[in-house]
Amino acid sequence: MSLWIWAIGALAAIAALAWIGLCVARRLSGNAPRYRDMSYGVAFGYALALAAIAGGVWLWMKPGAVYFRWAVMGFFLCAAAAFVFRLAGRHLGPERLRRQFRKMPLTAAFGILVILIYAIVAIFAAWIAPYGQEAVLGAANVVPGGDPAMGGDPAFPLGTDRIGRDILSRLIYGAQNTVGLAFATTLLAFLLGGSLGLLAAVVGGWLDQVLSRGVDVLMAIPSLIFALLLLTIASVWADGARGLMTLYMVLIIAVIDSTRVFRLSRSVGIGIVVMDYVEAAKLRGEGMGHLVFREILPNAMAPLLAEFGLRFCFVFLTIASLSFLGVGIQPPLADWGTMVRDLAQFINFAAFAPMVALAPLLPALAIAILTVGVNFVVDWMLHRASGLKS
Amino acid sequence: MTPLLEIRDLRIEGRSDEAWHPIINGIDLTLGRGEVLGLIGESGAGKSTLGLAAMGYVRDGVRISGGAVVFDGIDLMTASTEEKRSLLGRRIAYVAQSAAASFNPAHKLIDQHVEAPVRHGVSGRGESVEVAIELYRKLRLPNPEEIGFRYPHQVSGGQLQRAMTAMAMSCRPDLIIFDEPTTALDVTTQIEVLAAIRDIVDQFGTSAIYITHDLAVVAQMADRIKVLLRGDEVETAPTRQMLEHPREDYTKSLWAVRGYHRPEKPAPGPDSVPILSVEGVTAAYGEQVVLEKVSFDIHPGRTVAVVGESGSGKSTTARVITGLLPPKGGAVRFEGEALPPGYRQRSKDQLRQVQMIYQMADTALNPRQTVAQIIGRPVRFYSGLRGRRLRVRVDELLDQIEMDPAIFRDRLPGELSGGQKQRIGIARALAAEPRLIICDEVTSALDQLVAEGILKLLARLQDELGLSYMFITHDLATVKAIADEVVVMKEGQVIEQGPKTAMFTPPHHPYTDLLLSSVPEMDPDWLDKLLAERGVEALGEAATGKM
Repeated sequence: MSLWIWAIGALAAIAALAWIGLCVARRLSGNAPRYRDMSYGVAFGYALALAAIAGGVWLWMKPGAVYFRWAVMGFFLCAAAAFVFRLAGRHLGPERLRRQFRKMPLTAAFGILVILIYAIVAIFAAWIAPYGQEAVLGAANVVPGGDPAMGGDPAFPLGTDRIGRDILSRLIYGAQNTVGLAFATTLLAFLLGGSLGLLAAVVGGWLDQVLSRGVDVLMAIPSLIFALLLLTIASVWADGARGLMTLYMVLIIAVIDSTRVFRLSRSVGIGIVVMDYVEAAKLRGEGMGHLVFREILPNAMAPLLAEFGLRFCFVFLTIASLSFLGVGIQPPLADWGTMVRDLAQFINFAAFAPMVALAPLLPALAIAILTVGVNFVVDWMLHRASGLKS
Repeated sequence: MTPLLEIRDLRIEGRSDEAWHPIINGIDLTLGRGEVLGLIGESGAGKSTLGLAAMGYVRDGVRISGGAVVFDGIDLMTASTEEKRSLLGRRIAYVAQSAAASFNPAHKLIDQHVEAPVRHGVSGRGESVEVAIELYRKLRLPNPEEIGFRYPHQVSGGQLQRAMTAMAMSCRPDLIIFDEPTTALDVTTQIEVLAAIRDIVDQFGTSAIYITHDLAVVAQMADRIKVLLRGDEVETAPTRQMLEHPREDYTKSLWAVRGYHRPEKPAPGPDSVPILSVEGVTAAYGEQVVLEKVSFDIHPGRTVAVVGESGSGKSTTARVITGLLPPKGGAVRFEGEALPPGYRQRSKDQLRQVQMIYQMADTALNPRQTVAQIIGRPVRFYSGLRGRRLRVRVDELLDQIEMDPAIFRDRLPGELSGGQKQRIGIARALAAEPRLIICDEVTSALDQLVAEGILKLLARLQDELGLSYMFITHDLATVKAIADEVVVMKEGQVIEQGPKTAMFTPPHHPYTDLLLSSVPEMDPDWLDKLLAERGVEALGEAATGKM
């Protein structure tokens, strides 16, 4: 009850602050157009932002708010890294690249930086990781941080898991497994869904009906449940062969996700098919290949690329959740979803030992940062694509 | 008496490529009470920007960098949002070019109409509805009692444009800005809208700024005309004086455009085989019959113009000829041989012989292909040229359409102007080395000066290459300029056809007569004379309810 009173009181205070602030600003500035034409709603927004900043500062001062302080520091660190990266891009490299960097927002620079780092880590995992992903190293449950007084060990900077595998190494190999598989799956989904969708748009008629209704049927089943069901069946066929199981998983997720790609590419394609230049190409007597890949695909590229970025995130999360549920990437292969599940109990210690609770948060953070980074880049590409049109 | 609107040294800039570029460079404008000022100029002259600035408004990415706009003693540059809000819609109203795009399709006309008077507190809803019906009647809309209770898509284009004018009138504003209100309409519909607008402006003594690129239209509407060119004023003068004695060269060139005229070629001999004959073609979209027994011939080296209002079946005829819409009956013959009905069954050579040029060059050129790719593809496809020889051929084609290959070869369509894009469309058709080119409204999206250039180019190419044209258009001035033969279509049927000179000399078929007499002329008294001749009843279904 008292929480409600607090919340209403705070809102009323912010509202009053906004009103007083607006009056004062108008008086002080001699009724300048900027303040004169500012609506109360905008002023309230400013007041709310001010209150949020004040709240943030207060939280920062509070002794117990370790995670909040880490989050704020991490935010500024990421922003600084992105800024430096963009600055480097603007002054190094060929002229064409520099021009791209000059128009780039900070968010996109951050996204590209993240994707680059992940790609490098994934490709060179075997050289970067201090230990093998399957190596059991004896010392179990070492706390992250490398401080012996807190139960850490300098040999394992991010600690070890319950059976003594190095978390840092597994995180690095996880990039290879999870990101690599997600990339392959998304690519497959796009080849399948994209080409069928454009084909349906160009040919139309019964082919379009058959493909679209088939996709509708697949989409009618909740995707995660459907994937679980199919994977259970597939696990019988695979008969314990780990590589085969992973292949089935890639195929199943690719097919399920290709339905979304099909929908998008078909609707984008239908918008392009009615253009006069496609009609001109048809009347010229061009074949289906030329129509789809020369006339339509280049114009559908911007939305499809954007969808690729988003779809990649979804596939990636699906693989992580399937692994979390135990049917995805099979142990002992390192995978971020499985790691979150394995280390999940440590979160209970968050109140007493922030460092211990960090263990399950690290793979989760790895997933989150990549998702955010990819989305930033996608946003930027969409923005550029729409800007090109006008 | 002080003028109603005064614009002094107005400067407007637009942002592109991260820099501000001038759109309007210091224009002065005064508008007296009850006066109608015509603003004319090509696209990009800044007409619409100036019209909007008269309301104290600029589009996104555009800013006013200097000058003043004073409306009835109120400086709109410094007025607060509240003050402007109380003026816009109430005392200053705006009629946009496309009423179809400006009405909200989800609300009935009347609801959108009464919004302004109710919100501005001019009158209550009931009273506003009555006033609206009165206005609909004054604008000669059919069924004035009921038309307001329809949705925008249930009303025709011309009626919608009149409903929009009525909406602008709803608060009895002092100033209305008309931004090309009849550009998207057929000539016959245009007359009704023009007459309605003029009547209502006269009756209420409203001042108006009338923006258009059509000189003949502005001659009917305006008391004074201001000519703009790339953001600068060329000259301003009362309408009659401007029409009779234009001072500046630019104005004279605008006036002269309509003078382009190509003599009719001699009639083909009796044994000439038509390059294309359409024989009793009947076509339908599903059950809806859109073409009924259409027949005409196109002889080699001649231009046949197909004219008619929108919905008369002109473009459908083109679709039947190209094979996009297989006909239900009749046949299309090319040099005496029947063409297969669908384009898929036609041979590569049959497809090559008939090429099309489209109305909207924006959608006719693939935005992701360079000029060289767009033109090169048909060359490669039909003649198999590759590498250096392909390049030489593309350059040759660009030379033919009077564009410098070195500059334009690698450009994308987005980097070309409207007229240049249309030229590329022509080059693409030429690349196939066809015998017949179907031109579908190729000049109607272009400014008059640019359109004239395109027409001259087409005429020159015809002489050089012996091409035949089927020229689809609703603009009779274009027909007069280049046609040898004319086919008049209405509701899917051919009403009349024959050589141009015969068609333009009376007696005409009544429908041809209606079309011909509806083309605005430069004479400022033309509309009055026409209306007097036709009588008010002749304004179509409009008056039936009332008279």
